[in-house]
Amino acid sequence: MENRQELLSSVQMARFVARGSLRLDAVVPAELNAEGLRVLADDVPPVPYGTPLSAAYPEGSFVRRLLELPRVAGALRSLVGPEPWVDHHFVHTREPHGGDAQALHGDAIIDVRQDAFDVQLMYYPQAVTLEMGGTLSVPGSHLRRTNESDTGRYQNLRGQDRLVCPAGTVVFLHHGLWHGGRRNDSDTLRYMFKIRFNPTVRQQRLWDTSDLHDPQVNAELDAMFPWYEGATGRLERYNRILLWRALTGDDSYDLDHWVTRVSNRPRGKTP
Amino acid sequence: MRTDSARQQVLVLYLSSSALDSYVVGWARYDGTGRTSPTTGDSDEPPYETGVAALRDGWRLFQAAQLIPPYPGREYDVSFLKHEFFFERIVDASAP
Repeated sequence: MENRQELLSSVQMARFVARGSLRLDAVVPAELNAEGLRVLADDVPPVPYGTPLSAAYPEGSFVRRLLELPRVAGALRSLVGPEPWVDHHFVHTREPHGGDAQALHGDAIIDVRQDAFDVQLMYYPQAVTLEMGGTLSVPGSHLRRTNESDTGRYQNLRGQDRLVCPAGTVVFLHHGLWHGGRRNDSDTLRYMFKIRFNPTVRQQRLWDTSDLHDPQVNAELDAMFPWYEGATGRLERYNRILLWRALTGDDSYDLDHWVTRVSNRPRGKTP
Repeated sequence: MRTDSARQQVLVLYLSSSALDSYVVGWARYDGTGRTSPTTGDSDEPPYETGVAALRDGWRLFQAAQLIPPYPGREYDVSFLKHEFFFERIVDASAP
């Protein structure tokens, strides 16, 4: 799958590292969304866990064409590199006026890798209103060490994101991001198609790094979210700095001295 | 209030520090009367600005999270919210 790709910028990557998600509004054209609704209604046949992307979906199939859209392909390559594995995919539906909200959770099991991550693509073929119960997610929750739905007690957090989006929106989530499908209080059946990808290369400088030293990179990495407790928010930045170091290969990167200060252990003696 | 019609409502507030008068960063509600069904992602606005504001509105605090030092070697880990406060209110379920 080496068609045209629009790679992410460093500023976009830094935003992903801070927020744990990347949203591409209306990136899928209307005719593909119409086809997508039909395809998802019939379900998408499963693929074996760990199938290389190029072997997962037939040439010309709906999913293949979705993933070949230049901005989608570029974002995927920037985040996990070429030829990731398809971990699994699933068509999520929320019945009109039916079902309960999912508990806030992270997918799979606790995953504490500090120099690698999976991404989950979420595709919304139709416009999602607040009433339709779009996916709830919590910006900046992806580095929390919690297991699956142990976070189910948290009903609402300040600054949470209750997804409302135009048709054809694609969101990429870091594997650890807390999220859940909200209750659908509308008359419309809601679809979401999710694919989880595992990287097969080291995730280092896979994006367009020409703006690596743009001051906005630091501003993105320094973001605080309203649900953070003050003290823990500082630890969030510490952990983000470590992730940015891993992604850029720059072990000297820091933000306001957060990591340098607590790892400074001089060994030299006074002359 | 008759004891057989008394029901518990529970409010959980997550605060920005261990101080009860610090501001609310997260919340959950449970209703023993069955009149309401609070759920995940049902509101963007907290019911109170601080824990003390809930006390002033009649909620009774019955549990507060302990302050637990980090595990040695894991001091920089982030996990669950630390400052969790449980409140209750007893209401008459038979009242109209």
